[in-house]
Amino acid sequence: MNHENPDFEMFGIMFNGSNILMLFVTCLIVFLIAVISTRNLQVKPTGMQNFMEWVMDFVKGIIKNNMDWKTGGRFHVLGITLLMFVFVANVLGLPFAIVWDHNLWWKSPTADPTVTLTLASMVVVLSHYYGVKLYGLKGYGAGFLKPLPFMFPLKIIEEFANTLTLGLRLYGNIFAGEILIGLLAALGASSIFGFAGALIPALAWQGFSIFIGAIQAFIFVMLSMVYMSHKVSTDH
Amino acid sequence: MFLNTFTLLAANANPGFLEALNNRLNLGDIIVTVTFFTILMILLKKFAWGPLMGVMDQRAELIANEIEAAEKSRQESQKLLDEQQSLLKEARESAQAIVENARKQGETQREELVVAARAEVNRMKEAATLEIATEKEKAVAAVREEFVSLSILAASKVLGKEISEEDNRALIEETIVKAGEGR
Repeated sequence: MNHENPDFEMFGIMFNGSNILMLFVTCLIVFLIAVISTRNLQVKPTGMQNFMEWVMDFVKGIIKNNMDWKTGGRFHVLGITLLMFVFVANVLGLPFAIVWDHNLWWKSPTADPTVTLTLASMVVVLSHYYGVKLYGLKGYGAGFLKPLPFMFPLKIIEEFANTLTLGLRLYGNIFAGEILIGLLAALGASSIFGFAGALIPALAWQGFSIFIGAIQAFIFVMLSMVYMSHKVSTDH
Repeated sequence: MFLNTFTLLAANANPGFLEALNNRLNLGDIIVTVTFFTILMILLKKFAWGPLMGVMDQRAELIANEIEAAEKSRQESQKLLDEQQSLLKEARESAQAIVENARKQGETQREELVVAARAEVNRMKEAATLEIATEKEKAVAAVREEFVSLSILAASKVLGKEISEEDNRALIEETIVKAGEGR
């Protein structure tokens, strides 16, 4: 809550050490999960390979819901990575929060608006990039005048609104979850009665937060693919 | 790439502007997020998703091949089945023909047998009739002979005179034949 961020300055740019640490941990965990589960690949899958294939098919299903596989196949890797990255990032802050010297070091990286908005911007910028790549500048520009030319200002606003809602939805959900867990933890640490009172709500909220983390990761990928499809599909 | 762009931007920018920006925005976090995510995606594509997709494609191919092979073998077995069925039908037909033939042949044979038996019976009947007739004639002749002897004996007794038996006999037989003709 009233913790400071471990900011530091390098090359004249501000960095948040906690974000860097947690992003690195997230990347490490996702990488380890993915590599360990695909270490011993077989045509007849077993164990973790089944799970990874389920994740792949799941993302494939999301993409296929929004565009045909011929154009959407190129986003498959992005979608799987995004799903696992966001999910792991969401649940990282659940078990504990580590504070060192009044600086909050361990938390969900997605509980920081900078990180979520960066991810959202990245997705939207990629969607514009692929829009230009697939249809050329002319076709891409014409997309802003559809269905009617006077919608042009609305289309421009939509792009920014998409970015903002995509990032802030994720941030809001995870940050709120962390705040509530922090409050329950503070209550539990206050006294023996506080511990008794906080135990059950804390457990319930942690379970619910895992659910929220999964749902938010799914929504993030889903909406990313929807925005992508707006730019790369002709029939929309 | 992003990092270079941003550091370049940072170095060239007005220091006052950058300072003002640093108070409001964690530019470093943005760079780090994008960089980390890009690196993660590239690494995963190389080490995890790529091989996994390869295996999944391989499996899809395998399944397609298997389905094709199954379809082929199904068609083959269908063909064999048809062949067998037609063979069976043929065999059944030929069996029926054989049975029919045998039945016909049997009937013919039966008729032949009946005819032969009938002919045999007729032949035997005729032979029997012939034999009866012969026996009858024989009996008649025997009786006649006996009669002749008796007549001679009786005549010799009556006459009391010996005449040669041969003459007598010839005489009597003549008489009897005459008598027989006269009857």
